[in-house]
Amino acid sequence: MSVDHATVRKIASLARIAVSDAEVEAMVPELNAILGFVEQLGEVDTSSVQPMTAVIPNTLRLREDVVSDGNIRDAVLANAPAPEHGFFGVPKVIE
Amino acid sequence: MTHITDLGVAAIRDGFRAGHFSAREVADAFNANVAAAGALNAFIVETPDHAIAAAEQADRDRAEGNLKPLSGVPIGMKDLFATKGVQTTAASHILEGFTPQYESTVSAKLWGAGAGMLGKLNLDQFAMGSSNETSYFGNVISPWRRPGDSAPLAPGGSSGGSSAAIAARLCPAATGTDTGGSIRQPAAFTGISGIKPTYGRCSRWGIVAFASSLDQAGPMANDVRDCAIMLENMAGFDPKDSTSLDLAVPNWEALLSGDLTGKKIGIPKEYRVDGMPAEIDALWEQGIQWLKDAGAEIVNVSLPHTKYALAAYYIVAPAEASSNLARYDGVRYGLRELPDGAGLQDMYAATRAAGFGAEVKRRIMIGTYVLSAGFYDAYYTQAQKVRTLIARDFDLAFQQCDLLLTPTAPSAAFALGEKSADPLAMYLNDVFTVPTSLAGLPAMSVPAGLDAQGLPLGLQIIGRALDEQGVLNAGLAIEERAGFTARAGKWW
Repeated sequence: MSVDHATVRKIASLARIAVSDAEVEAMVPELNAILGFVEQLGEVDTSSVQPMTAVIPNTLRLREDVVSDGNIRDAVLANAPAPEHGFFGVPKVIE
Repeated sequence: MTHITDLGVAAIRDGFRAGHFSAREVADAFNANVAAAGALNAFIVETPDHAIAAAEQADRDRAEGNLKPLSGVPIGMKDLFATKGVQTTAASHILEGFTPQYESTVSAKLWGAGAGMLGKLNLDQFAMGSSNETSYFGNVISPWRRPGDSAPLAPGGSSGGSSAAIAARLCPAATGTDTGGSIRQPAAFTGISGIKPTYGRCSRWGIVAFASSLDQAGPMANDVRDCAIMLENMAGFDPKDSTSLDLAVPNWEALLSGDLTGKKIGIPKEYRVDGMPAEIDALWEQGIQWLKDAGAEIVNVSLPHTKYALAAYYIVAPAEASSNLARYDGVRYGLRELPDGAGLQDMYAATRAAGFGAEVKRRIMIGTYVLSAGFYDAYYTQAQKVRTLIARDFDLAFQQCDLLLTPTAPSAAFALGEKSADPLAMYLNDVFTVPTSLAGLPAMSVPAGLDAQGLPLGLQIIGRALDEQGVLNAGLAIEERAGFTARAGKWW
């Protein structure tokens, strides 16, 4: 499988990365080289193989259903680019 | 007299305990080396005050008879670990100025053990790279050079600031992280040691995430003993990481032994790749002889799916990265780009376009594509199935042997710029380290010799899950026989 300009634009849109025409032009062959390289996995017979879900056998733990953290609003907001009135500020989304 | 900055972790710890010097003297000596090594660009932020505060505390603790495992030892911290109150960037523009309000588990353990921080070490952006050429804060320059040639060489990556700083004696040890070889390959390129422990040994909490099923922290240092000491103070169960292993931390240092009597070392034939320099093959053969001399028996083994490891890795790692890096949206922390009149979606796209470097974008794009509707099974599910086969190869090999010996990388350090134009050529540098990462196994690189140009080469030891001790011991056996004392001549 290979990607064309339209597909690269669509991927960039899904990934929320703005791309210029020049970047799309450069990315098409780069992504195709990588996709061409990984294509070789298709030759491996995996019909009776389960996909890996954990590298080291481990069980997901449950913890007590108790409050263990909180009341740290200022710390949470400390690195926000545009905090407003104790919230994360974003551009207006409703007209 | 040996200068303090020539000493490793064990020698500093022991010399400090014996009263040969104060912790403050140690911190001052390393701070001075760091301040004078700007040409290497190994640090993104220098934190001499942190090192001095820890040293003064260590001096007070010593006076009170209250010594900790790393009292008196200053270290470097890869800038992928969140450090409270100290900028943490992952070498990216998007996190420039980000000042964590919390401390990563691994760094907190190290400070709790008495260590101090000399600074935050440069790396490939979001740990994506093998040469430290993708950092927003500029390339790290290896202290090593080819004889009579001032062309800057790669310190390896992604932990290239860590490897360069240790090789240049700017710090006696440093943290690294390894997703596909990012501890082992830079260690090999700079003539130092580094171990990636079993996946789950070190908590990932507070480490900027790249590929969560592969990321694992580990130490880098001058020798095997120093790696063991560091790892003991980095590893351990952490309820805040759901993949953390709930196991006691072994006394790796106390149990170090270069006697390999009764051990079987496997030599995987698939690691003899086309085009590998003859001197690396010769060094591998030399390593086999050293391990035999240490009492081990050598057996030939096969890891038949090795050739598919890189392809599987370059699906799995970008897929996880595309998901992990979705958090950088210009809302909660880091960079925000808000063009005039832009809405929320435009802000996301503009922020991410301005904040991520080319290699990071490339991997996010690949990951987004392989996870997208209609392609998921063909790429991601198939890669995870091949990953199962790669892990099974190791399981079968470990029925015949206890440890594996391979070269760490297919070449010595290359010059900056030599491979950066071709992403695939760069990816191939990790051909020997990626399979272990996919299987979550412990592996380390130890310096074993110099190539014809006088540049360091490393050998890699791979162990069964949780057998860091076996890996460290075989590393020690090689170290004792290799007698590697070469150092980069000071030019910076």
